[in-house]
Amino acid sequence: MSSLLRLATAGSVDDGKSTLVGRLLYDTKSVLADQLDAVQRASVDRGLSTPDLSLLVDGLRSEREQGITIDVAYRYFATPRRSFVLADTPGHVQYTRNTVTGASTAQLAVLLVDARKGVVEQTRRHAAVLALLGVPRLVLAVNKVDLIGYDEEAFTVIAKEFSAHAASLGYAEGSVLAIPVSALVGDNVAARSENTPWYQGPTLLEHLESVPVAPDPHEAPFRFPVQYVIRPRTPEHPDYRGYAGQIASGTVRPGDEIVVLPQGSRSTVERIDTHDGPLDEAGSGSSVTVVLADELDISRGDLIATAHARPRLTDELTAALCWLSGKELRQGAKVLVKHGTRTVQALVEEITARFDEQTLSTVDSPESLELNDIGSVRLRLSEEIPVDDYAKSPRTGAFLVIDPKDGDTLAAGLVGERFSTLGA
Amino acid sequence: MTTLEAATDAARDNLIALESEAIHIFREVAGEFDRPVILFSGGKDSTLLLHLAIKAFWPAPVPFPLLHVDTGHNFDEVIEFRDRVVERHGLRLIVAHVQDWIDDGRLTERPDGTRNPLQTQPLLDTITEHKFDAVFGGGRRDEERARAKERIFSLRNAFGQWEPRRQRPELWNLYNGRHRPGEHVRVFPLSNWTEADVWNYIAREGVELPSIYYAHRREVYRRDGMWLTEGPWGGPREDEVVKELTVRYRTVGDGSCTGAVESTAASVADVIAEVQASRLTERGATRADDRLSEAAMEDRKREGYF
Repeated sequence: MSSLLRLATAGSVDDGKSTLVGRLLYDTKSVLADQLDAVQRASVDRGLSTPDLSLLVDGLRSEREQGITIDVAYRYFATPRRSFVLADTPGHVQYTRNTVTGASTAQLAVLLVDARKGVVEQTRRHAAVLALLGVPRLVLAVNKVDLIGYDEEAFTVIAKEFSAHAASLGYAEGSVLAIPVSALVGDNVAARSENTPWYQGPTLLEHLESVPVAPDPHEAPFRFPVQYVIRPRTPEHPDYRGYAGQIASGTVRPGDEIVVLPQGSRSTVERIDTHDGPLDEAGSGSSVTVVLADELDISRGDLIATAHARPRLTDELTAALCWLSGKELRQGAKVLVKHGTRTVQALVEEITARFDEQTLSTVDSPESLELNDIGSVRLRLSEEIPVDDYAKSPRTGAFLVIDPKDGDTLAAGLVGERFSTLGA
Repeated sequence: MTTLEAATDAARDNLIALESEAIHIFREVAGEFDRPVILFSGGKDSTLLLHLAIKAFWPAPVPFPLLHVDTGHNFDEVIEFRDRVVERHGLRLIVAHVQDWIDDGRLTERPDGTRNPLQTQPLLDTITEHKFDAVFGGGRRDEERARAKERIFSLRNAFGQWEPRRQRPELWNLYNGRHRPGEHVRVFPLSNWTEADVWNYIAREGVELPSIYYAHRREVYRRDGMWLTEGPWGGPREDEVVKELTVRYRTVGDGSCTGAVESTAASVADVIAEVQASRLTERGATRADDRLSEAAMEDRKREGYF
């Protein structure tokens, strides 16, 4: 079992997200006395009678002035069983791009709904974004159950509606769990609630501690984007040449046959080096240095892959884009694509579809993509790059779209026809 | 005891993941930037930063110089440690002395005597002078609310300023280091580390730190609720009583605003136990500069501070 869980929160405004995060931090004793003191002082200054736990999370001046979350905040807490990195994302519609940011690395997302309101449009929109990004597991936290008198039937209706929606987005039954909680009172967050005797499942924290996380299927093919060539040219290491990077997927062992893309030259792995000594095997997520048996011309931007299951080499990409910029995208735009460790020029040949968040349906051949739009595009690249479909290998199927003029990140890109799974 | 073993496994796996992420960030910067530099003060976070940089490029030497903005109010033990580490690893160290800026009139000493806020201009001037385009810092998101919002690659404009509303989204492990001439990027490889992670890693790797991180006898006086030590920053004043106590430092910064904590933790293991039991954050316990206002850190970062 992996002992580090990366999770993201999502949900609409005022559903109690910050309070839930505050409750998780508080109940796992991750809030220290001086932080609580600061929150208490600030709450009194604002004329509040009880401490406002959202002030623990909302750290920017403008957030505290407006009482809303603007930007993603990262929070850390730990229990004896697991460490957690929590991306706390804003609920406002105009900040959906931050939900994309927080969810891109999440292994699980906690979606909040207000028990009085149930599944709302924003819940469905966020679930669609999470599905697109391939977040493997969802938790629906049905919050404020104290305000509906701990009504089992109301909870069941919401849970059923959500799991049906999640199923239509491709989530299997076992990957979605609904939990009745009250973040304010603490019901079923860290402690089991006596108010919901009809709920037999785990508390939110129990679930987070025990949910299995398989970051990378063992049989996924080996992918290794070359970050940096290590050539010491020192008296101790005059001829050393190692390729440094972080394994994107799969595993590697000395003796493995590999291919270097895009050039296509082949070799075998001689050694897997680290500062702490050579390894017999290294897996996904490890930063290592690979030494090959043959002297090849390899540089940053190349991809080393297993010779048995190569990625596709192409200069035409069909991809989904989460458009994150205020500048709109139009057909014919010239952008940069950063994929792995390689950045290439790209031309937007066609915007084929846009996902309509209101109706959860698709619009064919839209004029443009605007902030927070999810769309499908065809890109022509200035050179061939080795890609996998995002659905099969997220690390080699993901890319950034960058503005060549000012360097801004414009979009999150996902290789493949993933888009068709959304709300269709 | 299964619980205890599980905890140990969890901590170890977590450290492996954090180490891999930090090494990835170092190599990404080496691959994408022309003139990176590591901010190095001799404190525990920057010492850890250097340790990880050495691992990232082994067996080649670290391909960046170090930069220390010296307020002139540093602890002797830390400066001695800094110079010894630089010498041992054959590194190049650039020191920007705040005193030089005061001497030629570019900066004015503050009435309260603290020089911590005065570091910003020498830092920005030195970045401009050397045309550094990536500046590594040991900042962690768990330190402070404003830092919790910071990206790992944090773009600064030509004035060195941070604009929190215009941060680039950071997706997967794809970092965007693009910047225009005059702009630079602050890079935080320890973003996802907590104080406990730092100490657990120091224990695992046997990283040497300045001696003042461990319990020792020291003459201190009380000011603004903190135990300060005698030094060039002025003090003790006539009304401040000097006491000899057993103390250690949880953070190491400018001596005028970094307080000691009473502690008998003499080893790394002792410190880990103490940090786990502490009900105060390291900054809340010992850093006066964060208490100036509710958004003190954000305000200083907007000016160009780390």
